Amino acid sequence: MLDRPRRPARRPHLPGWDLAWAIAFVVPYTAVFVGFVLYPVAYGLWMARDPALYGELLANPLYVRSLVNTALYVGIGVNVKLFLALLLSGFFMRRRWWIKALLPVFILPWALPSIPAFVSFHWMLIGEEGLIDSLLAALFGVQGPLWFHDRRLALASNIVADIWKWLPFWTLTFYAGRTAIPQEIYEAAAVDGAGGFRRFAYVVFPLLGNLYLVCTLLSTLWTVGDFTTVSLVSEGAPAYSTDVLATLAIHYAFDAAQPALGIAAVTAALPALIPIALILMRALQTRDVQL
Amino acid sequence: MSAVRGPRARALRPRDRLRRVLTEAASAALAAGLLVWSLIPVYNMLLIALDPDEGDIEFEGLIWPPDPSLESFRAVLTQGYWLLEDFWRQFGNSVFIGVMTMLLTVLIGSLASFALGRMRLSRGWLFVNAPLLTYAVPASFLVIPFSKLMASYGLANSLWAIVAANVAFATPYAILILRQYAKLIPIELDEAAQVDGASPVQLYRRVYLPLMAPALAAVGTYALLLAWNEYLYQYVLLSSTRNMTVAVAIAQFFNSDEAPLNYMMAAAIIYALPPIVIFYALRRYIATGLTRGALKG
Repeated sequence: MLDRPRRPARRPHLPGWDLAWAIAFVVPYTAVFVGFVLYPVAYGLWMARDPALYGELLANPLYVRSLVNTALYVGIGVNVKLFLALLLSGFFMRRRWWIKALLPVFILPWALPSIPAFVSFHWMLIGEEGLIDSLLAALFGVQGPLWFHDRRLALASNIVADIWKWLPFWTLTFYAGRTAIPQEIYEAAAVDGAGGFRRFAYVVFPLLGNLYLVCTLLSTLWTVGDFTTVSLVSEGAPAYSTDVLATLAIHYAFDAAQPALGIAAVTAALPALIPIALILMRALQTRDVQL
Repeated sequence: MSAVRGPRARALRPRDRLRRVLTEAASAALAAGLLVWSLIPVYNMLLIALDPDEGDIEFEGLIWPPDPSLESFRAVLTQGYWLLEDFWRQFGNSVFIGVMTMLLTVLIGSLASFALGRMRLSRGWLFVNAPLLTYAVPASFLVIPFSKLMASYGLANSLWAIVAANVAFATPYAILILRQYAKLIPIELDEAAQVDGASPVQLYRRVYLPLMAPALAAVGTYALLLAWNEYLYQYVLLSSTRNMTVAVAIAQFFNSDEAPLNYMMAAAIIYALPPIVIFYALRRYIATGLTRGALKG
């Protein structure tokens, strides 16, 4: 590998006076973390402490289906989004003026707030009056489907809306990661006759592998908690069959006035989420070993 | 590096030329596809907002407004509909939440990242990355106890409760990005300043903040966009019309059956403008902040 200078030697331990300052600098964040994350979480777990709640949930077919929906929404959405972002970040590395000019337009979905974007998605897919079906009719003479009358189509609509909104963010992140790869490595691979695909498989992917892992984990955690997309695009239609854990929990807690049940609904996901967060924290620390 | 530049690297055989043409054609097709993909929902917003007729979905199968009119924008700007009565006040609330989230995230995040990254408070990954544990808790889970607790904090129906939730969610990512970027700044700078007698506060203000400017701009924009995207906490926590934000007002339109869609879309477009303007104005900083610092491979 490249010959790079080693990290500078660690500095000796902080003197007491500096340590006091360092602690003072972390106090504001600690206060936010304890007051607005840790304490509410503990309080929430305490509210949902009755084991009977979990039995009630598992006996409810709507809840079991929302678990399946969440798995599909997160599993398909996150992986497709990140894989496309990785490929597109390579596309935007190309030195063409029109690709450079496209980038600001491509970023627009990220800058557009969720509410306007998803409200627009909803009306775009509303059925034959919607823009998508109108376009299908005008361009190809096909009658488009009723997107929110079919569970699979409605679920797919939610996933596509989520990908649309967040693809630019992850593309920019991978773009940043690619610019950190020294140009000589690409050139060396090109000289050795590696084409686009092999360069991707043997150079880019190994070098960005850990970044890809970090982004996948982060995106998974954020997507599990996502309420806005499903609540506006498909609204759970048809007949609550596309609800995910987040929308169902809010529905239980605020529409049905059963906050404990709502918390219990999402608590069921915590055993999966906490290991993901720990792997994420660990992966961030090993990252600078890569290059 | 095993780079031996052979003559075959530069020679362009006919097969290669064909391949190059195909690559360019595929790139152009991809670019056109991405353009349509990115703009269709935006076009749909304009299509509905420019349609003059009020009432139900009256854009039956149209892909172009037959009779475009700016009437809906006039109605929003002059608050000329009952659901829009407090539009400007609600807009002010959204701005307040966005700006406060941005400022507090940058302040709290930069302080914490300075202590964790530059002062080497601790080297343990569990401690340094502890803020990321926040993301193990989905926002939709947290909002339920959060709404109960805000009453006991005296923040029921208060914009500050939304700011607090946004800051709690934005800072872990901000600290992460800032710590990555700070690795680019040689620690010797800090040491030199310390030898000259700079206190940690002076070091933070005179050395750290100025050198971190691109990353701070990137993180600030991230926080602002997060606040502008956020809907769940505003929906759950803000109950009165006057304390509502534009996001909740638009959703109220969305859930009401007879409200005119063109007004809703006009309000949505006006609401979307500030983050877009700020985002594009700061794009250069964001690009440097992200490319030079953020999450490197």
